[in-house]
Amino acid sequence: MDIPTVIARIRNNFPEFSELASAQNYADELNIKVSPQDFKHTCLALHKILPSPVMMLFAQDERAGEGIFRINSVFVDFKNKEWVMVSMDIPPENPCFDSLAKSIYSASLFEREIWEMFGVEPKGHPDLRRLRLHDEVWPKGNYPLRKDFQKVEPGDLSDYKFSRVEGEGIFEVPVGPVHAGIIGPGHFRFSVAGEPIISLETRLGFSHRGVEKIFEGKSCLEAVRISECVSGDASFAHSLAFTQAAEKIFGIQIPAAAAYSRAIFLELERMYNHVNDLGGIALDAGFSFPAAYASVIKEVILQLNARLSGSRYLRKINAIGGISIGLDETKKQMLLSSLKELKRDFKELVKILYSSVSFMDRIDTTGVLRKKTAEDLGVTGLVARASGIPTDLRKYFPGVYKEAKFRMAIQESGDVLARLRVRIFEFEESCRLIEEFSGKLIKGEEIKVNAELKGGSALGYTEGWRGPVLYWLKTDTRGLVTRCKIVDPSFLNWQGLSYAVLGNIIPDFPLCNKSFDLSYSGNDL
Amino acid sequence: MIDILKNRILKGIVTRQIEPELAQEIEAVGAELRSLIQQRFGRSLHLREVDTGSCAACESEIIAANNPIYDLQRFGINFTASPRHADALLVTGPVSKNMLAALKKTYAAMPEPKFVVTCGDCALDGGSFKDSYYVEGGVKKILPVVLHIPGCPPSPLVIIKTLLAFLVA
Ligand code: SF4
Repeated sequence: MDIPTVIARIRNNFPEFSELASAQNYADELNIKVSPQDFKHTCLALHKILPSPVMMLFAQDERAGEGIFRINSVFVDFKNKEWVMVSMDIPPENPCFDSLAKSIYSASLFEREIWEMFGVEPKGHPDLRRLRLHDEVWPKGNYPLRKDFQKVEPGDLSDYKFSRVEGEGIFEVPVGPVHAGIIGPGHFRFSVAGEPIISLETRLGFSHRGVEKIFEGKSCLEAVRISECVSGDASFAHSLAFTQAAEKIFGIQIPAAAAYSRAIFLELERMYNHVNDLGGIALDAGFSFPAAYASVIKEVILQLNARLSGSRYLRKINAIGGISIGLDETKKQMLLSSLKELKRDFKELVKILYSSVSFMDRIDTTGVLRKKTAEDLGVTGLVARASGIPTDLRKYFPGVYKEAKFRMAIQESGDVLARLRVRIFEFEESCRLIEEFSGKLIKGEEIKVNAELKGGSALGYTEGWRGPVLYWLKTDTRGLVTRCKIVDPSFLNWQGLSYAVLGNIIPDFPLCNKSFDLSYSGNDL
Repeated sequence: MIDILKNRILKGIVTRQIEPELAQEIEAVGAELRSLIQQRFGRSLHLREVDTGSCAACESEIIAANNPIYDLQRFGINFTASPRHADALLVTGPVSKNMLAALKKTYAAMPEPKFVVTCGDCALDGGSFKDSYYVEGGVKKILPVVLHIPGCPPSPLVIIKTLLAFLVA
């Protein structure tokens, strides 16, 4: 859709609509600027007509230059392969706007984030508790993403209020942030009536490191390295989304060899994580043999990564303008022969899992996330596909995936089994894709072009193994980062978990949790 | 069941299947480590892991050190579920403000004698995040750290080797 078409469609839905400005800076990005009065209804209209959840909603502090706060809301239009961003300017004297949360649930967490980080209030939001800056350690009135934030000013501390379920025979079970296993920090509060869980409140933010602020003022070169540490098991997807945003701003077209190599590494990342989760699900069901077997397969992939790139977690590969490590003929052969073994081992693993009746019984109909719930919450990625929602950036924004005839995984039942099946399908598909892509690598091709630094803003996105990883980046004229908004798929998907566990028993929680396998650090930033 | 047995026999012992030099190195390191641990800690060394805001790659490598290929457990190093059973604390991450209290409490819950080991550059001094408004920047400001395992993330082999070098000294 071009801008006039989008505007006509919005107007169909919202007759009083009038835009202040609009632009299409990139083929895949439409920007529409509206007044604060029109913002909410424009978003509602887009949410309905595309249809799309709120994929991103974030603020910018532009008080120094333009004297305003800016709020941007990003929607995805799969049909037309583009992103639509609606923006409005808010005067700093009275920093607030009409909340969308009651009409579009997926906006809710983003608005809480804007409130705690910028002190711009979403008026009418039903729940403005802070997500990351815990009330016990961070005094009120300190907004770290404001540009004039220097250091934390002393002030009132308070306690976090958990939502309470009351009634006879209801027990509360708090768990975390330090857990029995070797995993990230999060606090889970279960309310149980007898055995079944009737409510789960997840309190996160323990891994908050102020990542978005750390990006500010960095050169893009430095920033790529930081993006690799945002969510360590998705290092490649994160650095890819970041570099793509930067490349759009700098007007760089990367060489074909770099595009194929990036796709190969992205799929390798998916593979080691998917097999890791298969093992994790087996382990949490008490089935230890396949779990150990899966960990061996994962280790083989990590060692393969190291031999291909020098890094087990695929770091230091992405560079602005391409990649810094080429895949030559020897590496290609090594990759292909390892893939053959991996495929065979993986098949064995799947056979062992599928042929265990008690294992299958345990995961079948456990932790169901219904399609309707998933849609309402705006759940994305792998979890959404397992609940019957066809969404995968590799399908709708294919790039090199188009020639490889990418096939999207989809399941309907939304239970642990469905999420397991999506992973199995995707692992096998990744093997196939890597074979396709490596056939396209030609010896001696250029893998990186030089960048000319510029100011601007753009959205970078890629389908990581958990789902879409989004980076909205703004640079100044020297190419330094002035704002970097990151959305890891975990951010919206954590809510999916709270719904999926309802009615299940606490001993099945680890199983449900592992089948989502969400990132703490990617969520907490 | 048949599949499991078949697979088990065909695969053999996977600890032998990594590259030969690597395998030998681990074995040599490991044998030494095992006898040391037996002398000093009465059969086994128990570690409790705490993530204070890591990116999860450090955790992934610690878990990998326990996989059948490296199999840290066979040398007598175990990870425990409770700090009450731990001899040492293994800390990752730059210590976010939100984890400060939990880290201190976990340490306090451990019986004496006890020591603290940090794993990964973040835990040393905050790493990439040391200038953040929400990071304490390094575990050694908070707890007495006796050993650091360097890397971002340190590989399983580095984890095993660093632990050994420390225990020998
Ligand atoms: S040291 Fe590196 S790998 Fe470890 S938590 Fe920090 S950023 Fe992640």
